[in-house]
Amino acid sequence: MSNQTHTFKPDLPPPPSSVGVLAWIRGNLFSSIGNTLLTLFGLYLVWLIVPPVVNWAFINATWSGSTRADCVPGGACWVFIKERFGQFMYGFYPGDQRWRVDLTVVIAVIGAIPLFLDSFKHKARYGLALLVIYPLVAFWLLYGGLGLRVVPSSEWGGLMLTVVIAAVGIVGALPLGILLALGRRSKLPAIKVICVTMIEFWRGIPLITVLFLSSVMLPLFLPDGMNLDKLLRAIVMVIIFEAAYIAEVVRGGMQAIPKGQYEAAAAMGLGYWRTTGLVILPQALKLVIPGIVNTFIALFKDSSLVVIIGLFDLLNSIKRATSDPAWPGLSTEGYVFAALVFWIFCFAMSSYSARLERKLNTGHKR
Amino acid sequence: MQNVSKPSSPVRGSLLTDPQARSWLFQIVAVIAVVAFGWFLFTNTQANLANRGITSGFGFLNNTAGFGIPQHLIPYSEGDTYGRVFLVGLLNTLLVSVIGIFLATIIGFTVGVARLSNNWLLRKVATVYIETFRNIPPLLLIFFFYFAVLAPLPGPRQSLSLGEAFFVNNRGLYMPAPIADAGFLPGLIALLIAIVASVVVVRWARKRRHATGQRFPVLWTVLALLIGIPLLAALVFGRPLHWEVPELQGFNLRGGWVIIPELVSLALALSVYTAAFIGETVRGGIQAVSHGQTEAASSLGLRPGLTLRLVIIPQALRVIIPPLTNQYLNLMKNSSLGAAVGYPEMVALFAGTVLNQTGQAIETMAITMSVYLAISISISILMNWYNKRIALIER
Repeated sequence: MSNQTHTFKPDLPPPPSSVGVLAWIRGNLFSSIGNTLLTLFGLYLVWLIVPPVVNWAFINATWSGSTRADCVPGGACWVFIKERFGQFMYGFYPGDQRWRVDLTVVIAVIGAIPLFLDSFKHKARYGLALLVIYPLVAFWLLYGGLGLRVVPSSEWGGLMLTVVIAAVGIVGALPLGILLALGRRSKLPAIKVICVTMIEFWRGIPLITVLFLSSVMLPLFLPDGMNLDKLLRAIVMVIIFEAAYIAEVVRGGMQAIPKGQYEAAAAMGLGYWRTTGLVILPQALKLVIPGIVNTFIALFKDSSLVVIIGLFDLLNSIKRATSDPAWPGLSTEGYVFAALVFWIFCFAMSSYSARLERKLNTGHKR
Repeated sequence: MQNVSKPSSPVRGSLLTDPQARSWLFQIVAVIAVVAFGWFLFTNTQANLANRGITSGFGFLNNTAGFGIPQHLIPYSEGDTYGRVFLVGLLNTLLVSVIGIFLATIIGFTVGVARLSNNWLLRKVATVYIETFRNIPPLLLIFFFYFAVLAPLPGPRQSLSLGEAFFVNNRGLYMPAPIADAGFLPGLIALLIAIVASVVVVRWARKRRHATGQRFPVLWTVLALLIGIPLLAALVFGRPLHWEVPELQGFNLRGGWVIIPELVSLALALSVYTAAFIGETVRGGIQAVSHGQTEAASSLGLRPGLTLRLVIIPQALRVIIPPLTNQYLNLMKNSSLGAAVGYPEMVALFAGTVLNQTGQAIETMAITMSVYLAISISISILMNWYNKRIALIER
């Protein structure tokens, strides 16, 4: 027993490394046979899509020149987009007046900056004032009058028209939508029925039939001699249509307000309108900002439907330009450009709304 | 202390401040406003119609349409009535909706599950797919497929073919068509019998399992029934159908089924677009099942496959199905975008061509909108019923 020597067993091999690039690749891409197969499948997909697209869009593409003849076959012809860029952005807006559109955008961007500053205290009041004043300024700049040359809406077009329809549609739909949402939650049966019918009716039909309504039915509904301009008719119908969607978003926010808030307001002796205006809506509207942004994104995409009634928004301008005999066979370039513009706008807005949602969520979790 | 009286309703000075009276007042004012607005529209419309010499009414539905339609599921010729045009349009809308829903569900579930995969690459590919297509207008996708993908395809003589059975060219997608043979009716009856028998077997097996706990090889039995009985019928009565493959004759392909390019681009665009949203819905639904459920299932000894089938999916479906139906409804409503490329659906045919020919704006728009309304409302009623049925029954 005593002369037995103690010998160590040989060391076990070290465990496979769990840090570093190789370990990450092993863990995330090749952890099992099935996973390896999936990785190979994914690589195949990427290989199938990425190289041809990169070749077409960048390597073989033509960037400089001024006519169709400058473009080499086999690659994208971005010359087309470059040459028609003005039309895609402003439509038929007169060339020497386009600074007005630019100025409208610059004012909007500068005006919106305080809303994104955390240190700015009067956000709600400032935002409300902006919502009231800015549309008037924008209308004056875009349409004209009071010293500016009048540019009739038939000359508006391109991305500018898309933004105008979507922005006016949402801003106009907000008050109507809030009223409808209040009506839907009202205890008065007649008002509730009217609002529910309105909301469900407009939500049940496609936007395209609403635009048809604006072009064929609205002239019938209005008194004889009252002629509204095509764009205005479309915007009016878009506002009514979107109000139904906004109403549902706002109702969702109002339902999230705990009952205690109503009871507390009642205990303070507040009536219906003051309870709604001072207690419920300020909290509910804050909650539904992401929802409203999402509705705006949907409308921004759907505004392309005005093709149907012959307005020249971004998509329709591009569609028209691709059928120009001077630039044949460039539909792919045109639609890829349109997709890129829409994508940048929608992706930026949806990222913003997702961030906002995360930020707003924290205060309400228990 | 004993005589605590019930709080009497507060005494009000005037009728205007009485809550009861005020609620009546508000409602009456609202109803009057709505009726007055309706009356205003009605009288204007009447005056305008009289000025333009349009007689209202649905009599025009019996008039001859006199125009051709490139795709009709029911027999249609130029001599048919506007009423028939309506049916053709409705069926075309339903056709593209069903195809779109089918494809979107497959792509959407694949992408949604891929977004939750352990595989980093697959996850990223799925994310890129969703973020790309969610943020592009569906109309743009339709135009892209129609004008940039299908229009530049070669003509019928240089069709791209897949196994000499499917052909794609700038006139559409050609595929083999099944043609009924002598054994068709017996084959159909055999299939029906097989389906009924399978349902009976499944029910019996479930009842037996609940009663005795014994499992029965349901899957194999059902497969044997579904394949065996029709096969037997085919052996006895002859083959039920053969495939008619399209062939190049002269300048065009003859035979088989032709899917017009409008339908191809519309169905593709709608399914690619909606699939992105369905993918997000599916991911959200699966993530909504708490991780404790998976852990509980594996502590009970369920294998991963069974955990997925018996624990995760039933609970995830409860979250997924309501928004999924919403997406289906959106797809159905978006199918009206086919009007922009001339696919002959409800809006293009009825609110477009028929309205232009007859001038009956009110009637055609009313019919078109009520079709969409009817579908939306019936689906939401169905949804509410389903939601009640599957809602968690809590203690």
